[in-house]
Amino acid sequence: MSIERNLSPVGRIAALMLRHYYLYRGSWPRIIELGYWPLMQIFLWGFISQYLQQHSTLLAQASGLFLAGVLLWDVMFRGQLGVSVSFLEELWSRNLGQMFVSPLRPIELAIALMAVSLARTVIGLLPAALAAWALYAFAVTSIGPGLIGFFAMLVLFSWAVGLAVCAMLLRFGLGAESLAWVTVFALAPISAVYYPVSILPSWLQPVALALPSTHVFEGMRSVMIDGRFDWGHFAWAAGLNVGLIAGALWLFIHAFNSARRDGRVLQTGE
Amino acid sequence: MSDPEPSTPVIARGLGKRFGAVTAVDAIDFTVERGQVAGLLGGNGAGKTTTMSMLMGIVIPSMGEARIFGHDVAKRDPRALARINFSSPYVEMPGRLTVFENLEIYARLFGVRRPADRIRALARDLDLESFMHRMTRTLSAGQKSRSALAKSLINEPELLLLDEPTASLDPDTADWIRRYLQDYQAQTGAAILLASHNMPEVERMCGDVLIMRAGRIVDRGAPAALVARHGRKTLEEVFLDIARGTSNGGGAAS
Repeated sequence: MSIERNLSPVGRIAALMLRHYYLYRGSWPRIIELGYWPLMQIFLWGFISQYLQQHSTLLAQASGLFLAGVLLWDVMFRGQLGVSVSFLEELWSRNLGQMFVSPLRPIELAIALMAVSLARTVIGLLPAALAAWALYAFAVTSIGPGLIGFFAMLVLFSWAVGLAVCAMLLRFGLGAESLAWVTVFALAPISAVYYPVSILPSWLQPVALALPSTHVFEGMRSVMIDGRFDWGHFAWAAGLNVGLIAGALWLFIHAFNSARRDGRVLQTGE
Repeated sequence: MSDPEPSTPVIARGLGKRFGAVTAVDAIDFTVERGQVAGLLGGNGAGKTTTMSMLMGIVIPSMGEARIFGHDVAKRDPRALARINFSSPYVEMPGRLTVFENLEIYARLFGVRRPADRIRALARDLDLESFMHRMTRTLSAGQKSRSALAKSLINEPELLLLDEPTASLDPDTADWIRRYLQDYQAQTGAAILLASHNMPEVERMCGDVLIMRAGRIVDRGAPAALVARHGRKTLEEVFLDIARGTSNGGGAAS
């Protein structure tokens, strides 16, 4: 045989990323959709913040609190959608089975989905961050260097949720498609995005604190209100993320092997 | 793990699959040798697609094993999977990508070095050049089939699994594809396993035929030998006898 082959997993992961690059390059509605929702959120919450600043000493003191919350929550939402919708693209195009009649491994697909998610999140949030600065004089960089840590923790958590959704899609097929859009919203009320965790009922607070996102938003308020980076919350978020990402990867690979046992890999998407 | 026959494209030993109470494939044994074109015949639900899926590593067997070039394919070893490929009219490539983009992605998934050179060669051989940069979803059935064939040959597979490769094609396109596959096999020495309901196609292409019914291989042999053994005039008559249960095969079953 004359064909030379390179069996590096990096090449296969890059191939999947290229697939999504080509998909977006040829589809302007998909590109617009990336930035549309974050931008609308910023417009809405920007005006609400301006109104509330006139009546709230807290917001007068930390005027960007809501906008920072909106932007960071969208990191979570965009990150999760980036994984789940990228996976759905394979189901919609009935491409999953064919993709796995190649040396591709499920862990490589998961890594590619996470990489695509990161690119989608950054591209989607850039217009919103610029709009917040241009329209409401809120520079996301005012959060300080902790922003990178908050961003990283939310992206990691969003990947864990996204991979869990993909596992459900592998198990239940496109009948579970709506999970991709609704799952993350179940986490919003207990992630303490716009209010401190102490507002929640006492029985719910331990549940909230079991989520990395809660520690991120508590940490964000600590920076913006008290001017102090809370390493404790950051450490909790990081520790929880390690466990959740490992668990989500296991779940995804387990769901893939379960689909192989049940003969669903070729049929998924039909 | 070492294998006594590591260069044999397919060795199935006691290979079987149960889905709950249904036995789709029931402990079958067969081999496909290098350079061999084998046909897999059987009615709907006979177990052909499940058998192929196990050979591709996308269905885990309930019993036995399938070795592809010496590797247990259920473990999805990239060294084995890089040497096989697959085509079926029932599985599509992403429609919103161009033919070139799809072929490039598959070339990279299979680890083909210099994918552009390989795509150019296939485009020339399979006459894809005029629609290489069109969205795959806009192609005609014949163009889609030629693109799917290019995808299945992108890694120059040493084992090619084809599930009804000419289904729903006009006779001219179907004939062209059969001829191309025969040329490919002759040039590369690849093994081909062909599942088809088209008896003339199987008679023309396959040196060996496995006939399945209810998950078991009930007869096997060269097309002419099967026809002679069953006292029939055509392979189609043999197939109908076996599918309807009016014959239990000629005694060569597993």
